[in-house]
Amino acid sequence: MSTTTEQIEKLANTEYKYGFVTDVEQDIAPKGLNEDIVRLISSKKGEPEWLLEWRLKAFRAWLKMEEPKWQNVQYAPIDYQGTSYYAAPKEKKKLNSLDEVDPEIRATFDKLGIPIEEQKLLSNVAVDAVFDSVSVATTFRSKLAELGIIFCSFSEAVKDHPELVQQYIGSVVPHTDNYFAALNSAVFSDGSFVYIPRGVKCPMELSTYFRINAQNTGQFERTLIVADEGASVSYLEGCTAPKRDENQLHAAVVELVAHTDATIKYSTVQNWYPGDKHGTGGIYNFVTKRGICKGDRSKITWTQVETGSSVTWKYPSCILQGHDSVGEFYSVAVTNNFQQADTGTKMIHLGRNTRSTIVSKGISAGRGQNTYRGAVKIGKNARNARNYSQCDSLLIGDRCGAHTFPYLEIKNTTAKVEHEASTSKIGEDQIFYCESRGIAKEDAINMIVSGFCKEVFRELPMEFAVEAQKLLGISLEGSVG
Amino acid sequence: METLVQVPAWVRERRERAARRFAAVGFPTTKLEDWRFTNIAPIAETTFADAEGWFAPAASLVSSVGVAGSVRLAIVNGQFAAGLSDLSALPKGIRIAGLRDGARDGTDGLEQHLGTVFSIDAHPLAALNTSRLDDGVAIFITAGAGVDTPIHIVTVTGGDGQAVAAHPRVLVVAGANSRVRIAHTFIGAPGSIYFNNAVSEVVVGEGASIDYYTDQRESEEAFHIANLQAHVSAKGVFSSHAFSIGARIQRHDIGIALEGEGADCTMNGVYLADGARLMDTHTALDHAMPHCTSHELYKGILAGKAKAVFNGRIIVRIDAQKTDAKQTNRALLLSDDATINSNPQLEIFADDVKCTHGAAVGQLDEEAMFYLQARGLTRIEARDMLLHAFAGEVLDGVKIPALREQLETAFFTALARDVELKA
Repeated sequence: MSTTTEQIEKLANTEYKYGFVTDVEQDIAPKGLNEDIVRLISSKKGEPEWLLEWRLKAFRAWLKMEEPKWQNVQYAPIDYQGTSYYAAPKEKKKLNSLDEVDPEIRATFDKLGIPIEEQKLLSNVAVDAVFDSVSVATTFRSKLAELGIIFCSFSEAVKDHPELVQQYIGSVVPHTDNYFAALNSAVFSDGSFVYIPRGVKCPMELSTYFRINAQNTGQFERTLIVADEGASVSYLEGCTAPKRDENQLHAAVVELVAHTDATIKYSTVQNWYPGDKHGTGGIYNFVTKRGICKGDRSKITWTQVETGSSVTWKYPSCILQGHDSVGEFYSVAVTNNFQQADTGTKMIHLGRNTRSTIVSKGISAGRGQNTYRGAVKIGKNARNARNYSQCDSLLIGDRCGAHTFPYLEIKNTTAKVEHEASTSKIGEDQIFYCESRGIAKEDAINMIVSGFCKEVFRELPMEFAVEAQKLLGISLEGSVG
Repeated sequence: METLVQVPAWVRERRERAARRFAAVGFPTTKLEDWRFTNIAPIAETTFADAEGWFAPAASLVSSVGVAGSVRLAIVNGQFAAGLSDLSALPKGIRIAGLRDGARDGTDGLEQHLGTVFSIDAHPLAALNTSRLDDGVAIFITAGAGVDTPIHIVTVTGGDGQAVAAHPRVLVVAGANSRVRIAHTFIGAPGSIYFNNAVSEVVVGEGASIDYYTDQRESEEAFHIANLQAHVSAKGVFSSHAFSIGARIQRHDIGIALEGEGADCTMNGVYLADGARLMDTHTALDHAMPHCTSHELYKGILAGKAKAVFNGRIIVRIDAQKTDAKQTNRALLLSDDATINSNPQLEIFADDVKCTHGAAVGQLDEEAMFYLQARGLTRIEARDMLLHAFAGEVLDGVKIPALREQLETAFFTALARDVELKA
């Protein structure tokens, strides 16, 4: 154990030597953002006229908006005109063996227990024929196609299923929704599109497929998932593997639509570059995620494990419009060193007998600042709505902070809304107990933290639950003296 | 009203600073996070005349809320009314001064404390009050004095047929290891329109203990903005109970800073919002030092088309280890047209702390209603009994029996007012 700990410490203290390497790029749009750039993006992608118009509308709305300032995070001003908003997907340099991969990343892979073949894929090493991504992808694709499930990149969806995209895009997150959503709507690069037809239960976690297939979705990702009547799907976004990216600003939009009796489970593991020990660098992650339970008895579940990014700003939300619909939000957010997270959810109850559950676990270490910000709204007509919220914070060290800002707005007498929050630190007695039984302090903390997060991990697809737990340990490295 | 000669330079200076501040920020709008759910445009839009220090029903209003055996300090339209006050029971160890006279006479401690307890910058309307700083009362409790006689401040506001604005001010300074109970009643002539913008500052010395009761029974057409700020030194105890049933728009800001080790505070409140009333309570608890404890319980009853806002902030500063803070907010909704916005906020910068908050919103328990009705109570009696029990948790904390009885009567009267019972 102790050697591992030493290694971990050494790794945690080593800087990422390679920095943000940018290969020589071709086909990059000039820096800056104006209508011509929006037109350029649209024409490069060969988009239909209506989509260009929609992008332009969003862009014009964005120009009139102000960057939000209410969130509890601090970051250097973002230069929106100093960025290039379009780069053609580029070939990554193929590596010959895993030995060429950054040892820090490899060590992390090992600690996460990612299978060797998958490691190769993730780090862009050439793989043998058996595990060729294309063939795997093809198998999956044909299996899904048999059931009538559409699962493709957003650009493909625009080409092949324009009627579906046109019907649903912006229907949950309008292009005027907020500053970052408007920016995304104007310049979104690509993303995923999922359509599950009536009565179909998607036979596989779309995660597995996604991990192999979706690379380089870019800085302004857009995801749209539609589950038709009685359909169900489980989707996993992101990856436990550390992800390096040269783009500092990420502004993604995710829209979910659940029709009558449909179920969507959306799980996220986010482990982007958090910046170094001194708080320089790191991704700004400004995400708008929202789902609508349109039909009766529909259900949307958000599960997220947020360990990366230097600044996280995201509030996966549910609009519970259908009667008897259910919204759930399970979250673990970890901030270490100088990371800041302002995250939570909104549950908007409109239909009768709607129910929502919020479980949020925030862990702050180092000088990390963790904020839960959530809203529960019970509309006038939402009879017998029920909400239960629980927000727990765990503090490791005395220089970090935990903040809770729940907003409850209730307009119906029959509503039952409960919110509970607690903040505590890891008990000295718990650590002492573990140490007296020969468990190293770092491992003891990992154990306690895992226990703290159990309620959320339980909601993750199984293999990710295991990886997420390990990821948590890695994220908290060096947080105890 | 006064000549410049009578107003000391320090008062003028504090007024001017606050006036500049208020001019810069203006009336708060719903664009500000702190005022997001509270629209006070009706106040800004109404023209209020400066209140005179007298109006016809003032005397009868003051006596209507009299608490037997207490020292009574009357403030009429923001001005200390010696004639309506009753200092006959004034015990040893306590000094009382009207602010205007006190400032003129150079009363000890006034310049040091008045307007210095909290930073006016944070509260635009408190800045407005300071900019009009004129009169009010100051209460000084001598170190070591245990005062058993309750002090009752009665603030009455109104104009004879005219909408007036008043800016009453109260300062309480409790010396080390002193002990006192203070109640502050706000009342106005029923149906009259006025704007009462009160500021109270409390300094709790080392080891001192203050029970403070705020009793808001303003006219149902009044605008009531009140700001109570307390600084508590080491081992000091500050216990605040707020009872609100009046006003068309109420906004209470209660801020308590625990600034010495081992300080303790209780912050409880109950409000009844019916009709088209807006009841806004913003509490802030600042745990600045280690080993402090705080308990907060706010309960609300909403009926009609009323709206209530509860915003409870707890800040635990970076060195405030071993903090124990507990906050509970509960609301009962009796009507589908009523709205509650409940926003507890915890901001914690220290790791060795115990902080919890809970918020619950619900309705009257139908089973309990059924049980009581099965025993022969009418539906209204059953409801009142349950509501009384709900409010009782806070009302029981009022340690001046005569005042508690008054509040309970006022509570039942208010329930009968227009809290409609659904079939």
